Amino acid sequence: MKTPAIALSGLRKTFGAVEAVAGIDLEIADGEFFSMLGPSGSGKTTVLRLIAGFELPTAGTVALSGRDVTRLAPFERDVNTVFQDYALFPHLSVIENVEYGLKVRRVGRRERRQRGEEALETVRLKGFGSRKPSAMSGGQRQRVALARALVNRPRVLLLDEPLGALDLKLREQMQVELKQIQRDVGITFVFVTHDQDEALTMSDRVAVFDAGRIAQVGTPEQVYERPATPFVAGFVGTSNLLTGDAAQTLTGRRGAFSVRPEKITIGDEGAPGTVAEVIYAGPVTRFVVDLDAGARMVVVEQNRRTGTAALGEMRGRRVRLTWHQEHVIEIGADRAA
Amino acid sequence: MTLSAWSRWSLRVVMALGLLFIYVPLLLVLVNSFNGDRTFGWPPHDFTTRWWTAAWNNGGARDALWTSVKAGLGATAIALVLGTMVAFAVQRFKFFGRDTVSLLIVLPIALPGIVTGIALDSAWRSVIAPLGLGKGLFSVIVGHATFCVVTVYNNVLARLRRSGVSLEEASADLGASPGQTFRYITFPTLRSALLAGGLLAFALSFDEIIVTTFTAGPGIQTLPIWIFNNLFRPNQAPVVNVVAAVLIVLSVLPVWLAQRLAGPEAGASRT
Repeated sequence: MKTPAIALSGLRKTFGAVEAVAGIDLEIADGEFFSMLGPSGSGKTTVLRLIAGFELPTAGTVALSGRDVTRLAPFERDVNTVFQDYALFPHLSVIENVEYGLKVRRVGRRERRQRGEEALETVRLKGFGSRKPSAMSGGQRQRVALARALVNRPRVLLLDEPLGALDLKLREQMQVELKQIQRDVGITFVFVTHDQDEALTMSDRVAVFDAGRIAQVGTPEQVYERPATPFVAGFVGTSNLLTGDAAQTLTGRRGAFSVRPEKITIGDEGAPGTVAEVIYAGPVTRFVVDLDAGARMVVVEQNRRTGTAALGEMRGRRVRLTWHQEHVIEIGADRAA
Repeated sequence: MTLSAWSRWSLRVVMALGLLFIYVPLLLVLVNSFNGDRTFGWPPHDFTTRWWTAAWNNGGARDALWTSVKAGLGATAIALVLGTMVAFAVQRFKFFGRDTVSLLIVLPIALPGIVTGIALDSAWRSVIAPLGLGKGLFSVIVGHATFCVVTVYNNVLARLRRSGVSLEEASADLGASPGQTFRYITFPTLRSALLAGGLLAFALSFDEIIVTTFTAGPGIQTLPIWIFNNLFRPNQAPVVNVVAAVLIVLSVLPVWLAQRLAGPEAGASRT
């Protein structure tokens, strides 16, 4: 196997009495678009800062391309970061911001300018070089931050919720652009986000963080279709959790099971229940159904035929729900529990 | 907030009265420096620049002005270095007694000048003079620096607090050594705060009289002390007026500049 771009082993970090990172082992391959997904406070940003060198781990090691960098300062590591607040230098122009990494590494003025302009072109900001960051919009600043990191041609680019401050439309556009840029430059991206859509759409692999640990690592499909723990099932997408007696009645087995809302159909046969709520959401409608077996299920249906008038009348209606056995995922217990 | 018409007007009147009370006497000094009458008869009958010429040719006043400038620059230099260093220590590092240090730095500006003066005087006499360093200009500079540090400290602290560490982290992330980060990022973002703090420090030092009285060595006379000594000599009164007028302009200028530079967050606590 090739040497991984990043290898973390036994990584732990405590702040006072709080254990932010509670033992992480992870390998990220060269050229991978890797996402760290988790709620705030799950330790994903701390892991990113440990890789960048802004924090020293309490225990464990960080290796970049096989070299142990655990004790090295940020400026001695071949990684660059795109910060959540962008951290653009306000007293420098856009091109000076982008050139900064080359300047401190004593790259000649002419080459510096050329590579800076190229980086600005990559992020589609050609001609903006002489502006001050304060004269740019949020999306433009985000791209300056990206160009400033990319111009150094690092082996690894760390992105700390870089799209968090953008509005929805811009965010979706930047997701596509980021993915494209990553494919073009071919370097490893480590992307921290709390937005599961973002993680699923952009990544080659996703690590789901839960209370300082990794609950599951896998492709977006694996994480979504085969959640390893109830936490993953609940955090990545919506999930109907079946436990206890309801699980026994509905699946014939004991344990904990997850069924995704879009895998369930409302029909004439299957488990009986009552519609408790109908939520119209544009392309889809969500039905909340209380099953007689004692579980509350969310069902998502595409609005292909449904008229809105008919939807209102569904509330309180008796329905039956069916799903395929293969969509019932048995999940283990949360490690944190 | 909305106020009734009556209270709005009465507040305006109170404010106008307050400002008049502060600034009319100052204006009077300026006007009198051009008053042709030796006893400052009011209203002034004729306009003259005689006193200004006299003041310019007054060797004592010029020496005193020069001494004040040297003392101010010296105290400001010390304040800039120490104030910045302490601000960094307090804002960027956690250490035992951090809050105490912060308090001890700010305290001298609140202490009565007479106490600082007496304390420095006896310290200089009993500890430093025996080491061979008598009182002189240097002791004045040290005395002024004790409270000038505060203005720089407050300005730099406010700036550091506002800018946070993310710019420095970004710089380090892009490969800059700590020295480069200070030169290219930290210092430029602090520049206006340093200028504002420095100007205030200079203004504080320039008009100081109490601490100066206790710390000045023989033959060292700053401008405020010269004024004080010449105030009651009838022959010198017109010249004192001119010097006071110059002082007003010289003290207002740096404060005005400092305010413009520091913006709204300037926490320059002047007593």
